[in-house]
Amino acid sequence: MKLAYWMYAGPAHIGTLRVTSSFKNVHAIMHGPIGDSFFPVLSSMLSRSRDFAPVTTSILDRHVLARGSQEKVIENLRRKEKEEHPDLIVLTPTCTSSILQEDLQNFVIAAKQHIVQNDLSSECDVLFIDSNHYRLNEHQAADLALEQIVRHYLEKAKKEDTGKSMRSPQPSCNILGMFTLGFHSQHDLRELKNLLNDLGVEVNQVIPEGGSVTAIKNLRNAWFNIVPFRDAGLMTAVYLAKEFNMPYTTITPIGLIDTAAFAREISLICRSAVASDSALLKSTTGFSPLILNQEGLEKYIEKQTSFVSQAAWFNRSVDSNNLTGKRVFVFGSASHSASITKLLVREMGVHVVCAGTFQKHDADWFTHQVSGFCNKILITDDHSQVADVIANLEVDAIFGTQSERHVGKRLNLPCGVISAPVHIQNYPMGFKPFLGYEGANQIADLIYNSFALGMEEHMLDMFKGHDTAEITSRSYSSDASSTKLEWTKEALAELSKIPGFVRSKVKRNTEKYAQTKQINLITLEVIYDAKEAVS
Amino acid sequence: MNITNKTSDLTISCETGNYHTMCPISCVSWLYQTIAGSFFLVIGTKTCGYFLQNALGVMIFSSPRYAMAELEEADISSQLNDFKELKRIMSQIKSDRNPSVIVCILTCTPEIIKMDLEGMAPLLEAELNVPIVVARANGLDSAFTQGEDVVLAAMVGHCGQAAQGSTPSALPKPGVRPSAEPQPEGNSEVKSLVLFGSLPSSLANQLEGELKRQGVNVKGWLPSARYSDLPLLGENVYVCGVNPYLSRTATALIRRGHCKYTASPFPIGPDGTTAWITSICKTFGIVPTGLIEREAKIWESLRPSMDLLKGKTVFFMGDNLLEISLARFLVRCGAVVLEVGIPYLDRRYQSAELALLEQTCKDMGVPLPRIIEKPDNYFQTIRIKELLPDLVITGLAHANPLEARGITTKWSIEFTFAQIHGYSNSAALLELLTRPLRRNNNLNVSQGSLKQQNYVPG
Repeated sequence: MKLAYWMYAGPAHIGTLRVTSSFKNVHAIMHGPIGDSFFPVLSSMLSRSRDFAPVTTSILDRHVLARGSQEKVIENLRRKEKEEHPDLIVLTPTCTSSILQEDLQNFVIAAKQHIVQNDLSSECDVLFIDSNHYRLNEHQAADLALEQIVRHYLEKAKKEDTGKSMRSPQPSCNILGMFTLGFHSQHDLRELKNLLNDLGVEVNQVIPEGGSVTAIKNLRNAWFNIVPFRDAGLMTAVYLAKEFNMPYTTITPIGLIDTAAFAREISLICRSAVASDSALLKSTTGFSPLILNQEGLEKYIEKQTSFVSQAAWFNRSVDSNNLTGKRVFVFGSASHSASITKLLVREMGVHVVCAGTFQKHDADWFTHQVSGFCNKILITDDHSQVADVIANLEVDAIFGTQSERHVGKRLNLPCGVISAPVHIQNYPMGFKPFLGYEGANQIADLIYNSFALGMEEHMLDMFKGHDTAEITSRSYSSDASSTKLEWTKEALAELSKIPGFVRSKVKRNTEKYAQTKQINLITLEVIYDAKEAVS
Repeated sequence: MNITNKTSDLTISCETGNYHTMCPISCVSWLYQTIAGSFFLVIGTKTCGYFLQNALGVMIFSSPRYAMAELEEADISSQLNDFKELKRIMSQIKSDRNPSVIVCILTCTPEIIKMDLEGMAPLLEAELNVPIVVARANGLDSAFTQGEDVVLAAMVGHCGQAAQGSTPSALPKPGVRPSAEPQPEGNSEVKSLVLFGSLPSSLANQLEGELKRQGVNVKGWLPSARYSDLPLLGENVYVCGVNPYLSRTATALIRRGHCKYTASPFPIGPDGTTAWITSICKTFGIVPTGLIEREAKIWESLRPSMDLLKGKTVFFMGDNLLEISLARFLVRCGAVVLEVGIPYLDRRYQSAELALLEQTCKDMGVPLPRIIEKPDNYFQTIRIKELLPDLVITGLAHANPLEARGITTKWSIEFTFAQIHGYSNSAALLELLTRPLRRNNNLNVSQGSLKQQNYVPG
């Protein structure tokens, strides 16, 4: 057992559901007790989804414990098939049902048979996605679920001999692992598409966000795969590389340097594809996208970096002189934390005292990435340990998750949020990517604003800027000090329980009420009566 | 206990139970605040922890007096000893927080692996010298607010017996019955009143004040503001609930605490508050005074908001068990309630509230709502599509999707966290209920295009 107050990554089934609900027309049935149906709230509230989350719970209760859940699960699978006509229904257990060790795989087979028997025209697939709740977290489970779905459809295509590999005549790619409830992922996807469009790379498919499972068989038409973040999608990319010889890149295009590295890497991939495949050579002659033109690409990178994006110039400008030698702490998912650390050091000249991640399973990769860019590396999923480290480091700013934001508040340190887990305010409406050239602008703003605010605080302190003297004239009671209003002890105690920001208003209203009623002693009853009178 | 078996026109049916609600462990968020110095330990998995942290949002960062004991693989496969593990964790809590009581919430997973915490608790109590309350609040058996019910019912066993005069902090001694000596029939024992239900202290004060005006003194509360002040129970103790979801607690107070139960509607809305005070006064042989004028004055102040509700149709999807009381108040305000979904309806405990709902519908001349126990959210969305109610009271999972389909919604969760009891809070309650309607009137720009979207459930 572990004493825990807060966690960075959710349980496995949340990862699975994030993947299934990102696809179009895929329904998930979660097998678990009634309170586990929390995912639809996240979908409806955090991402402000306009649609009902395509997730149903097959409820595990006392009756199920007594009789087994076979009938109920199969009935729920059949019902959803009839009600929603999804392309795919995924059955997934929660931690509670996984310890029951029921043969859910078998239920899926039975349900599939039933669906086919009753409606031969039904195209609905049924898939069981298991993930060990005691070993995998949200991100690992999402990675696994995506790979299982992709594998299922590609193997099916192989069996049916459909979806032969037909490499597109022009350079094209798949984007793997962008999905719902991701940190700024909608904006990142749009910016990534902009970048690829500039480079002359077509996007064959985005999986799973907005993708269709029936189109998975055409994944192989792309020349290569992009895994923007290591959280999820990497397993799928590795599978596709092994099975179909598709190259992939895992460079996260965050910051100007890594965005350029990303562009150069995919350019290399595309040029070697053309070099090794005569059919591609023929299809691309007479057509010269930037991605195949090394010289043009370098010019493009130069122009974007120097002129289109404002970040490089901003970091040169005298404004950002005060960033020199600033000490910061960086924490988040492996991809975000590593990318931001490198960006801070190489592009903004900020001193990263400590960089860390909660993704312990990716610790080696993370350590390799940030070695040489920071003094200390922190790998932990215990938020109180992170808080302790921050408290001891004496940094000027924090870049982290929602948890670090609260640590910053407590320690009076400015904090920029750079990674999930986040609160609703980090699902902004405006265009705020982290990837690509526009992402570099956004990040520069985020970082500079964090410091500027910190500076402002400091100045205010130095010059005693805040007028801390109480503005007494606003209080009604001191105005009316001539009247003899008295408060009983209980009434004062009650008043003290009222939250500070409305206390004076309540006091004012109560005294006003007492005066109109010509009451001189304010008791508990008077407070309540006054409340009724004004409300 | 007053059971209404007389013919009722209310139709109560039951659906599949496939509805969305919060996990009952969410009760820790308000209970730890009511009982000062308590510590709530939720024994469960990552799923429970993730739910708590997302459902309770920023509260998590204010060093709350609750935590998870997260089960790991070795706990599930019994490679670790439950007792040793719990002792280690509880010692840590004791040294960090020095709580007056540790309330252990057993979730679904310990339920399935059959963790015998009730058996371990006396040993742990003895070793750690902290009282331990064990409550099985899990999603297998209960929904949302019923979590509080399970915790309070468990606390009944920790209350002292008034007849014996034992101290409330004394641990329950199994087998010891209240004094077997015959009690003199005379006036040596005075009837006393204990209220049950967790309310913020200012709200509890308000309700106590209302009763005081009628000459009824409240002897204690379950839960009390401090664990050491748990009320004494016994033959002469009359108990009354303030919330509609406390049926297990009522049963425990009657059977284990030997208390007498006063059936009553709940003090939600001015009508409910009057009925509640009247029922209690009746138990104590008091004729209440000034209530009618008091209630009339409150209604008068509510008039402007009530106009917004006149003739509006309301649909409760059901997730927190407050639905019957809220529906009754809304009907009195002039609304027409179409459907009342409710996770669980204890017809004995809610008998007086159900009777008042029926009476209110007759008085207002509106049809009775259909009551659906264990609703099916999918079927409900189809009914909502057909009925197009003016207001749907629902959980967060459905609120935004329904709004996107042009259906005005009010999140039900707010009723559990806002102060809605008594005369004084009637205006605030009505404000909550009518806020979406007022918002509709204020926003004209996008409504038109949003309303044009075809309603498609699913």
